[in-house]
Amino acid sequence: MAFIQDTLISFRREMTPTLRSWYYIVFGILQPLLYLGLFVPLLTSVPTGTEGNPLQWFVPGMIVMLVLFTTVSCGWALTEELMSGSFERFLATPMSRPAILVGRSLKELAPLLVQAVIIIAVVAPFGLVLHLLPMLLGLVLLLIFGIGVASLSYALAIASKHDGGLFYMVSHSVALPLMLLGGVLLPMDLAPDWLYTASRFNPLTYLVEAERSLFTGAVFTQSVLYGALMAGVVALVGLLVGTLTIRRAGL
Amino acid sequence: MIRASNLTRTFKTKAGPVEAVRGLSLEVAEGELVAFLGPNGAGKSTSVRMLTSLLPPTSGQAMIGGHDVARNPVAVRQLIGYVGQGTGSGPYHRVRDELITQGRAYRMSYPDARKRADELLAILELEPQADRDCATLSGGQKRRLDVALGLMHTPRILFLDEPSTGLDPHSRANLWEHIIRLRRQTGMTIFLTTHYLDEADNMAERVMIMDHGKMIADDMPEKLKADLAGDQIRLRFRSEREAGSAAEQARNLPAARDIAREGNHLTLTVNKGESLLPGFICELHNSGVETQSANIHRPTLDDVFLSLTGRSLRETAEPPA
Ligand SMILES: Nc1ncnc2c1ncn2[C@@H]1O[C@H](COP(=O)(O)OP(=O)(O)OP(=O)(O)O)[C@@H](O)[C@H]1O
Ligand SMILES: [Mg+2]
Repeated sequence: MAFIQDTLISFRREMTPTLRSWYYIVFGILQPLLYLGLFVPLLTSVPTGTEGNPLQWFVPGMIVMLVLFTTVSCGWALTEELMSGSFERFLATPMSRPAILVGRSLKELAPLLVQAVIIIAVVAPFGLVLHLLPMLLGLVLLLIFGIGVASLSYALAIASKHDGGLFYMVSHSVALPLMLLGGVLLPMDLAPDWLYTASRFNPLTYLVEAERSLFTGAVFTQSVLYGALMAGVVALVGLLVGTLTIRRAGL
Repeated sequence: MIRASNLTRTFKTKAGPVEAVRGLSLEVAEGELVAFLGPNGAGKSTSVRMLTSLLPPTSGQAMIGGHDVARNPVAVRQLIGYVGQGTGSGPYHRVRDELITQGRAYRMSYPDARKRADELLAILELEPQADRDCATLSGGQKRRLDVALGLMHTPRILFLDEPSTGLDPHSRANLWEHIIRLRRQTGMTIFLTTHYLDEADNMAERVMIMDHGKMIADDMPEKLKADLAGDQIRLRFRSEREAGSAAEQARNLPAARDIAREGNHLTLTVNKGESLLPGFICELHNSGVETQSANIHRPTLDDVFLSLTGRSLRETAEPPA
């Protein structure tokens, strides 16, 4: 299928230079490990609403945060190619536009998945119970969600092509409240009513809840269903907005 | 092959609308080599980007190889190659990898793309740079890579937006040699924009001149020069009186214009000056007027532009709004 082929072409083009500078990926792993080492010990004194090891609760949230922050700002990497004309070069080829976006998003997401797997492997000896298949499903959900967010980020980069500051401002003022309202780091059940209500309007909340459910091995739950739906909707909307922005902008 | 009718494009900017292209109609037949000439900001790139499906026009219609650009952009993209004015290669990617990716984007198989990439690297003299990051190339090398990218799939219609800008004379000559040969072999239709007057003059069969978003001339370069500029003849005589009587006789020459006497000099503009001049000098001699020196200035496309707009292409930077 042309779409899959184009996705692979785009992914491969972007991945090759990344693999050449693999040390960035290694460096990227250090940061989440730092969070785990310095933050999790604090969590033991906070009721997370779940029995057992706080890692089981914290790790999925942290991986969601990792994906959100990386994908929200990945449009930045497109700016250089937008200005130079090399993005335009691909738009002049018959390649499918959504495939170009998906390929590029996957390049951002692939190192994150590697990081996630390593994090899981590293913390397993400290009490994280492994549920391999549900966790894998959790990563797939994140992938779908990440493609959507990355596409939105690309769309934002295209729309604010001539104004780098605008990109930075918008992407951060979206990502930070999403994260804080998503109950990524602390449980929303502890929040005052108004904050809890607000978090219910945050798509990220549903994804985080789905991931937490999957990380405890529970696949057939309402949280997982809502989370999966949310990830699918975000991906569809992202690709739609991305494709339309490319067409409208007429780079 | 290429047809545009009444294409317009207006950009919205904070300072107000910019009418980049104002009613462009053109037709290019299969196998033609057409040069699009015009000063900075004339609307050349905007026109090319509309023809290549990259930019939706504000109004008007474009057809490429029988496909409507707005309705069937994918079919158009399959037919064309596009070398934009900017840099096509990505900074962190390797030269050969970029060429192969380009081939794959046009649905070439990996081995075919790899073979073609090596061919083009040799032709455009980029072999020593093949395994380097594109960011490390010199400006001219980057430009040659851009052209190679546009040629990867041997398109039927090739759009080149200032392909030779930044190339040294050797690379320019080499690039042209290759383009001309490719065209002979494949019958490719080529549409290019350029600032180099000599390039348009020598290479193109047809020159379109654009200014302020409008096409102001479209013909063979020889014809444009003959019709719009003509050959300027300058003659010197022994006296003002002789120059005066030569001016009288010059009025009878076919298509003679801009006849002016200045001391014992006479200047006039004609078509086909080279074949007219010997006869004219002879005629003057028969009537007792001796020509002391004669000089013909063959027109350039710049003279054509000058006669059309009153401005010289060599001097114009950004046109006044
Ligand atoms: N994205 C844009 N937004 C606003 N104005 C634009 C945009 N692109 C082009 N223009 C304006 O449209 C006009 C035509 O630009 P265009 O790039 O087509 O000129 P050109 O003939 O290719 O010039 P050059 O020889 O410098 O490449 C210019 O006045 C330019 O400032
Ligand atoms: Mg231009």
